[in-house]
Amino acid sequence: MAEERRQKHCSVVLPTESMKAMAESVGVGQLQEDSCVALSEEVSYRIKEIAQDALKFMHHGKRRKLTTSDIDNALKLKNVEPLYGFQSQEFIPFRFASGGGRELHFYEEKEVDLSDIINTPLPRVPLDVSLKAHWLSIEGMQPAIPENPPPATKEQQKVESTEPLKVVKPGQEEEGTIQGKGQGTTTPDGKGKEKGLIRLKPRSTHELSVEQQLYYKEITEACVGSCEAKRAEALQSIATDPGLYQMLPRFSTFISEGVSTFPTSCLLNHFFTSQKSPEHICVQSADLRLSSKVRVNVVQNNLALLIYLMRMVKALMDNPTLYLEKYLHELIPAVVTCIVSKQLCLRPDVDNHWALRDFAARLMAQSCKTFSTTTNNIQSRITKTFTKSWLDDKTQWTTRYGCIAGLAELGPDVIKTLIIPRLAIEGARIKAVMEGPVISNIDKIGAEHVQSLLLKHCASVIAKLRSPPDNVEQYRTEYGYLGPMLCSHVMKARTQAALQAQQVNRTTLTITQPRPTLSVSQSGLSGSSGPRTPSIIKVPSSLTLMSPRPGTPSQPSPPATKYIVMATSAGAASTQQVITLSSSQSASPVTSTVPSATSTLQPLVKLEPGSGPGLTASRPLQKYIVVSLPSSASSSLETKSSVLPTSISSSSLDGGMKLERSESPGASTQSPH
Amino acid sequence: MAAVQGGMSDADIETDIKTEPSTDGFGNNNANDGRVLSASPGSGSSTGSNKQTAAVTPEDQQTLLAVLQFLKKNKLIESVEILRREAGLPENSLDPKATESAGAGSGGAAGIVDLEGGDVSSLLSRVTGSSSAGAQAPTKAVAEDQPDVRVVLSAYSQQGDPTLYEVYYSDLKKFIETVLDCHRAELSQVFYPLFVHMYLELVYNNHESEAKAFFEKFSGDQECYYEEDLRVLSGLTKKEHMRGNETLLDFRTSKFVLRISRDSYQLLKRHLQERQNNQIWNIIQEHLYIDIFDGMPRSKSQIDAMSGSLAGEAKREANKTKVYYGLLKEPEIELPLDDEDEEAENEEGKPKKKKPKKDSMGSKSKKQDPNAPSQNRIPLPELKDSDKLDKIMYMKEATKRIRLGSDNLPSVCFYTFLNAYQGLTAVDFTDDSSLIAGGFADSTVRVWSVTPKKLRKVKSAADLNLIDKESDDVLERIMDEKTASESKIMYGHSGPVYGISFSPDRNYLLSSSEDGTVRLWSLLTFTCLVAYKGHNYPVWDTQFSPYGYYFVSGGHDRVARLWATDHYQPLRIFSGHLADITCTRFHPNSNYVATGSSDRTIRVWDVLSGNCVRIFTGHKGPIHSLAFSPNGKFLASGATDGRVLLWDIGHGLMMGELKGHTDTIYSLRFSRDGEILASGSMDNTVRLWDVMKAFDDLETDDFTAATGHIHLQDNSQELLLGTYTTKSTPVIHLHFTRRNLLLAAGVSQL
Repeated sequence: MAEERRQKHCSVVLPTESMKAMAESVGVGQLQEDSCVALSEEVSYRIKEIAQDALKFMHHGKRRKLTTSDIDNALKLKNVEPLYGFQSQEFIPFRFASGGGRELHFYEEKEVDLSDIINTPLPRVPLDVSLKAHWLSIEGMQPAIPENPPPATKEQQKVESTEPLKVVKPGQEEEGTIQGKGQGTTTPDGKGKEKGLIRLKPRSTHELSVEQQLYYKEITEACVGSCEAKRAEALQSIATDPGLYQMLPRFSTFISEGVSTFPTSCLLNHFFTSQKSPEHICVQSADLRLSSKVRVNVVQNNLALLIYLMRMVKALMDNPTLYLEKYLHELIPAVVTCIVSKQLCLRPDVDNHWALRDFAARLMAQSCKTFSTTTNNIQSRITKTFTKSWLDDKTQWTTRYGCIAGLAELGPDVIKTLIIPRLAIEGARIKAVMEGPVISNIDKIGAEHVQSLLLKHCASVIAKLRSPPDNVEQYRTEYGYLGPMLCSHVMKARTQAALQAQQVNRTTLTITQPRPTLSVSQSGLSGSSGPRTPSIIKVPSSLTLMSPRPGTPSQPSPPATKYIVMATSAGAASTQQVITLSSSQSASPVTSTVPSATSTLQPLVKLEPGSGPGLTASRPLQKYIVVSLPSSASSSLETKSSVLPTSISSSSLDGGMKLERSESPGASTQSPH
Repeated sequence: MAAVQGGMSDADIETDIKTEPSTDGFGNNNANDGRVLSASPGSGSSTGSNKQTAAVTPEDQQTLLAVLQFLKKNKLIESVEILRREAGLPENSLDPKATESAGAGSGGAAGIVDLEGGDVSSLLSRVTGSSSAGAQAPTKAVAEDQPDVRVVLSAYSQQGDPTLYEVYYSDLKKFIETVLDCHRAELSQVFYPLFVHMYLELVYNNHESEAKAFFEKFSGDQECYYEEDLRVLSGLTKKEHMRGNETLLDFRTSKFVLRISRDSYQLLKRHLQERQNNQIWNIIQEHLYIDIFDGMPRSKSQIDAMSGSLAGEAKREANKTKVYYGLLKEPEIELPLDDEDEEAENEEGKPKKKKPKKDSMGSKSKKQDPNAPSQNRIPLPELKDSDKLDKIMYMKEATKRIRLGSDNLPSVCFYTFLNAYQGLTAVDFTDDSSLIAGGFADSTVRVWSVTPKKLRKVKSAADLNLIDKESDDVLERIMDEKTASESKIMYGHSGPVYGISFSPDRNYLLSSSEDGTVRLWSLLTFTCLVAYKGHNYPVWDTQFSPYGYYFVSGGHDRVARLWATDHYQPLRIFSGHLADITCTRFHPNSNYVATGSSDRTIRVWDVLSGNCVRIFTGHKGPIHSLAFSPNGKFLASGATDGRVLLWDIGHGLMMGELKGHTDTIYSLRFSRDGEILASGSMDNTVRLWDVMKAFDDLETDDFTAATGHIHLQDNSQELLLGTYTTKSTPVIHLHFTRRNLLLAAGVSQL
């Protein structure tokens, strides 16, 4: 402990370089080292003093966040003129720039066109302060109303499910168990009669209050009912309501039984009679009413009902306050059933059960992403299940479709390693059905769907994997029957990407400022230099040019802006890389490359101090960071936009695109790395 | 004899210590040392002043003299005369020659001057010295002893080998670690003040690197509750920084008070003398006040319970004054005979009009509480008819009050301020819970009506002329219906409003702000009536007396002021806190004021004399909320450390510690019958505590009562009756309605 504290107290002093930089910015050229040291100590001390005073204002303002006005007030205490009009939209308003062996942080101050400000419509008048009253507690019980926090937070739910034998002290228990009037069982605890008794956590009672039973009834009815508006409302409620935790077991049972009963027997009654647990009579009555309603338009609704149930699963997963882990054993089988079941509806040749499979596959992928841990291994188990049934020759086309969809949704890596190697075999199978003697219409439809599914998912991945010249013959030899079709799909994907990139280029072109030279070289050829022409850039995968300023791509700004040039990949990690990179100053002033472990190609972008006119040595420079990522990444544009943070105005350049910005005159003085 | 206590008459032991060795060091500095508490050059006066028993303490005398001198210098002859007459000082007390001669130790002067000789001269030399140096005359409170910074710091100019400081300190540390367990905890108290003073000495003498090394080496050993002060210290590495640093001045001007048993103290003394450790010995003598008691040494937990304040514990003497904590006798007001009667009257339609006219037979005559101050100890405003009506309403409501207890918890109604954008800084409810006032960071004050009755302004003067002044409902007629609305905004402050308080009659509202003013607003016209200027720095809190008319304010300038609404200058200035006064509360009998401060102490002041009658230490962070129990016996305090402490005002004892909150407690309130304490905190919870149990459980015997060394049980969990979490809304105000419904207010931080 002493060690930690000592760490905390060691006095931090501003670096003397900052003093020099500040002196420079106000026109003092040569500041002696001694003066810098003295200054920095003094300034550090004063800053600390002001921060300590500002804290007082924060405390009295009854806030947890220190605001600029607190600092202003603290300055006022010291008889220092406060900084008027200082405000920043961002947390840290500084920009970082480096070049010529120097690193600088600076304010970005843009020229503002007054007419723009005048012409912008006035912002909405903020709402006036008002008062709202609610019951925080009624005679010691906290009512479960939206104004109060949910009875059990996600963490508590987790603790409850993972540590059922935790010893609970009376004070803590109160928080967790005061859940509303309907729960008579917890009353004595709340009243403090059993104070001091250490006892085991009681098994959670699955008893719902009258209100909750009503709610459950309404929600389930609406979810599987015929009114779409009502359903949307109900799903919205499931996705956002914080107090559902107690009903979660009911919902999960509702879904799982609904799914498991329908497709196999297709008998609605079966499902409803199976729910005969004695304790929820009210719930049951709700179900019965429901059943009578549904029974009218029996089998047709079968497929629709499954879709509704899947939508419920999605809504549950979207609810941030629910700890679903406990109920995965019910939900996942239900979802998987909807993906791979042989038959999901009575007329598989007409009904679009394929959409349901797609939707469920996406759900599965989402739950893999959120819930997969090293202990439950959901993703690997699911992958194994899919692969196994896919590899089985006797598997029907419907199941086959589901397996492939399920795998494909798991991401490009899975497609690359599991699906693409089997393209040729699968192609042969499809060919057999398509071109062979017609056995059944259902098989043919199935094969068609599998084919389009494969094409859809694989094309984007293959576009990343292979370099441009797309040869139909080559494809045929490699992928067999599906080869030619794949080839055309890949080419389509490429042109689409290029189209996107072109649009992007238009925006980047508007940047007018001294142009630094941008040179890109493959890691293998690093050192090759010379006057840069755009054609030098040979990044096989697409590049993304991002500006750190959100939403101001067209604003010319004289001093440097930082760009991160990076190749996209599907993994979320890539964005993280960029972010850490931009904030860290460890990158070398000229070039920074973040090698990606899986990547075989490592493009480098080098930034030269531009020798353009008017660019002085002390002028901050632009910095390019190229992040190279596995070229196997998907090139589909949708994926890209989802990967990149939305706040960053992102644009993508295809590998073949020219970088318009590297047109600086004068030979570049490149420092090879 | 540098260390002789010039004017101190309060501790015999003190002199005993002070006349011990220590011959080196301070002689020269003390000549122009401005501190009243420090030595005087006249050696002859020391014995005299120690025997002094005059009603006016020597400190007061000195202060008065200094003031006189100042006034005289500024040619304010009339004021000099008046003050002199009032203080009863002889005319020649200001004659420099007379005092000088006295100061020279001749002892020839007579009367008070004789007793005060040495001090006067030192004082005069201080005044003249400081003025010749161009320093400002004391700018703060008149009563406060504000020493010249330069002089204060010069006391550190003592030279010693800087490299030896570490040796000294570790030597002492080693010694204390080896003493018997029972003494170790007590002696460990010495570490922190010693550490601070040694560090400051090093810094003052420009041994920066040694100071840093010293800090690095030993700061980790200090108790964790001093962390905030250590953080301030760690930033301070240069002599120049010491100038104007408040924390430092606090350390220097106030002696750090330690309570140590005689045995432990003897041990320490012997050790230091044996080792010839003069450095440490000097510090102990110069900067520490060791309050020695006879009896068992205290345990670590006992010490921890009481320590934590900026200047150590309170001296035992500080809490010995008698405090009249009883309630004033309620005025004789006729009560409705019983409920049936009331109901019958209600049916008749105008019960209120009748009651005041009825005979006083029904009211039970309360017997005078022996602990209560006399009714006219401080002049209180007379009850108006409307006040009497209100009292009747109060009593009627009181009969319907729910009796709370551990098995009968109150309901909590939470008022959330919407769209406040985190700008809500203060809230208050009227006693009858009909109005809510909010102070905001944007300098506005807003008032809401929470009853269906809307807020109306009084008509304009021209319109008022038109109404019939004789009519029965004239009070109703003066209101302008057109202005009726649920809330009113009042503009006037130029900084965030940190304190807000309704007058008991609901006609006025007080607000205190960052701009240094306290404003009085009329709730009839919704305009500002007075801006009380006096605090030059942010005013953190203000509160009306429970009887109206008076109010108290406290702020960054470390003084609390007592005002009367019809005086633009304060009536009393309570000075003594070492840091910002963060909250102020009136005792229910209006004779006392409690203030909480960033120096982590609570002080109770006598409104009549302006003296500090209680100092409570034990909090480990700035105190942000205070509450008196309705019977006036107890005080509860909440601080940034998330703990609630309970105090017995009469005995000056800590009664209990309620742990549970995890963040600053901004609000505390006793239920109307004092059974339950509600606390609201930044951690988004309202908690209810069984304080009756806490008071009952505490076992106090005579010894602990006499010494103030109580054993606190850690029974917070048993006392906690309920925790109610809000949806990320810190609770910044609590209020029990007259029927014991708990109202809470806060603003969402989402």
